[in-house]
Amino acid sequence: MDYPKEVLTRLYQTMLRIRYCEESLVPPILKGEIRCPVHLCTGQEAVAAGIGAVLEKKDYIFGNHRSHGHYLAKGGGMPELIAEIYGKETGCSKGRGGSMHLIDPQVGMLGSAPIVAGTIPLALGAALASSIRRDNRVTVSFFGDGATGEGVLYESLNFAALKKLPLIFACENNFYSTHLPIEEIRVNNRICGIGKPFGVKSFTVDGNDVLEVYEYAQKAVAHCRKGEGPVFLEFLTYRMRGHVGPDDNVQGSHTDIRPKHEIEEWRKKDPIKRIEQYLLRNEILVKKELLVFHEQIRQEVDAAHVFASNSPYPRKEDIDSYVFLK
Amino acid sequence: MYSSNRKLSYSLAINEALYQMMELDETVFLIGQGVKSPWYVGNTTRGLLETFGSERVIDTPVSENAMTGAAVGSAIAGMRAVVLHPRMDFMMYALDPIINEAANWSYMNGGKASVPIVIWGIINRGGEQAAQHSQSMHALFSHIPGLKVVMPATSYDAKGLMVSAIQDKNPVIFIDDRWLYNIEDVVPEELYSVQIGKGVIRKEGKDVTVLATSYMVQEALKAASILENENVAAEIVDLRTVKPMDTELIFESVKKTGRVVIADGGWKTCGLSAEISAQISENILEYLKSPVVRVALPDIPAPASQPLEKEYYPTCNNIVNAVKNVLLTG
Repeated sequence: MDYPKEVLTRLYQTMLRIRYCEESLVPPILKGEIRCPVHLCTGQEAVAAGIGAVLEKKDYIFGNHRSHGHYLAKGGGMPELIAEIYGKETGCSKGRGGSMHLIDPQVGMLGSAPIVAGTIPLALGAALASSIRRDNRVTVSFFGDGATGEGVLYESLNFAALKKLPLIFACENNFYSTHLPIEEIRVNNRICGIGKPFGVKSFTVDGNDVLEVYEYAQKAVAHCRKGEGPVFLEFLTYRMRGHVGPDDNVQGSHTDIRPKHEIEEWRKKDPIKRIEQYLLRNEILVKKELLVFHEQIRQEVDAAHVFASNSPYPRKEDIDSYVFLK
Repeated sequence: MYSSNRKLSYSLAINEALYQMMELDETVFLIGQGVKSPWYVGNTTRGLLETFGSERVIDTPVSENAMTGAAVGSAIAGMRAVVLHPRMDFMMYALDPIINEAANWSYMNGGKASVPIVIWGIINRGGEQAAQHSQSMHALFSHIPGLKVVMPATSYDAKGLMVSAIQDKNPVIFIDDRWLYNIEDVVPEELYSVQIGKGVIRKEGKDVTVLATSYMVQEALKAASILENENVAAEIVDLRTVKPMDTELIFESVKKTGRVVIADGGWKTCGLSAEISAQISENILEYLKSPVVRVALPDIPAPASQPLEKEYYPTCNNIVNAVKNVLLTG
């Protein structure tokens, strides 16, 4: 499939922004300057970037505990993201939520939450709202393979199919449910199959190939916009960092989970390296242009950290603000 | 012209609130099990489906978690959802969307999004329905920051509090009791609201304050009549809203009478009556002439068999006896 240069450039830039943003958090976490739990999505950037590029600003997404990438790809501001992770008043959730509660309603990022599968029915409801209003929006629910253990996913699949709601179930299967490999939580690791009994169109996608993600996201969004009901997309991917924080959960470390050779195999499938090679091989962009993007994005990330660092913490006297809206 | 003294049943007062709010605001919709079945919800939803259609009156599969979550999500996306649980025992399947999501959403997102939702749970006590069709869980929800909890005791308040709950920007738990559905009182035909967080004195008295909510207000009023014949003037305070509680009104009454009986349709331990009692002792202990007495459910699941049911649910007689105890001790 041939895509215009602008599309390819945007996909590449979005992935780079997510990667640099994520990795910039590692030193401050190790130094204890960032204290809230941070679930890095390094390695999974293609899913967020590919879907984000297809959605319109008016469309909705809901995320989970690992949603920095979803937030950025939907258009959420990077300075507000970094400030939130530092617990600052200028954060996207005013320092009340931290890394796991990201929101930017202006761009359709309606929120994220770490209760596994907890935001799936919320996304179902946003899609229901669109269906009642006939506003032609599409909603994407991002969740992981761990969420397939929660009953509410199946309730939501049934209702979305029953009412033909414009909802994309975007399952990022990174093969680990926190510390447990997928073989230990499911009798059958073909997650894609769970939508089929409900008649939901379902596909397994190489989640480390941003062009394939983009292609399936386009198909899914078009299907939803036509009013033909929900779509289930299973993206096979891998987080290069561990479940939480910079620790890579390699066997032999104190977390002692993943075999070293498995991590190395996936490192070869790094989604950013793959799109870089594609762009160079097809002479869409030259190396010098790529380096310019790297430099620009590094500067953007640095500026976001400066913004966060210069921002005030919430005032103690405002501890009860926002419990109720007036 | 509106008639000023029209009487309406409690259940039809709820129906009128829903009808008028759905007519006024097209973002209001009703979702839940049995919304098209009188078998489930009495006549509270009469005529709504016919008037507003199946897109805004949605009867659902038995999926409380997803359906309540969907109502919450729709509210985050700009709708005003009323989600119905015809037996509030089944709401326990929906604790995640209610407690983790709806209640916390505004705070943990720095006020960037609100959840204007009414979570309507019906108490179905009696009729030998046993432990899973009879529970009143208002204390549980009142414990949670970010939730408001209302429990109307009259037709007037049922309509006015449902209207306020729908208009509120925050999640409101609206709890009614099937035992109230056939009571009647004057309900204006026009749209009006009853402010959330404001109680009311149902009957003035100088000797003792009886604090009650929901169905227990009706029992308290019966108790007050009985006591009147014995020359005891009980003041009946209807909380109307359990959270935020109208402590100002409670304190005012207790300062006047110095004696308190709390009548609650929930369990005693860590319940509403415990909270009210704590509020009084923390703030106005010096006004008490005798210890607070509580009339509440024992710490026992609801039994089925009728003789046990009769023993289980407190009535006006329990309140009368409690008042007499309070008068004896101080």
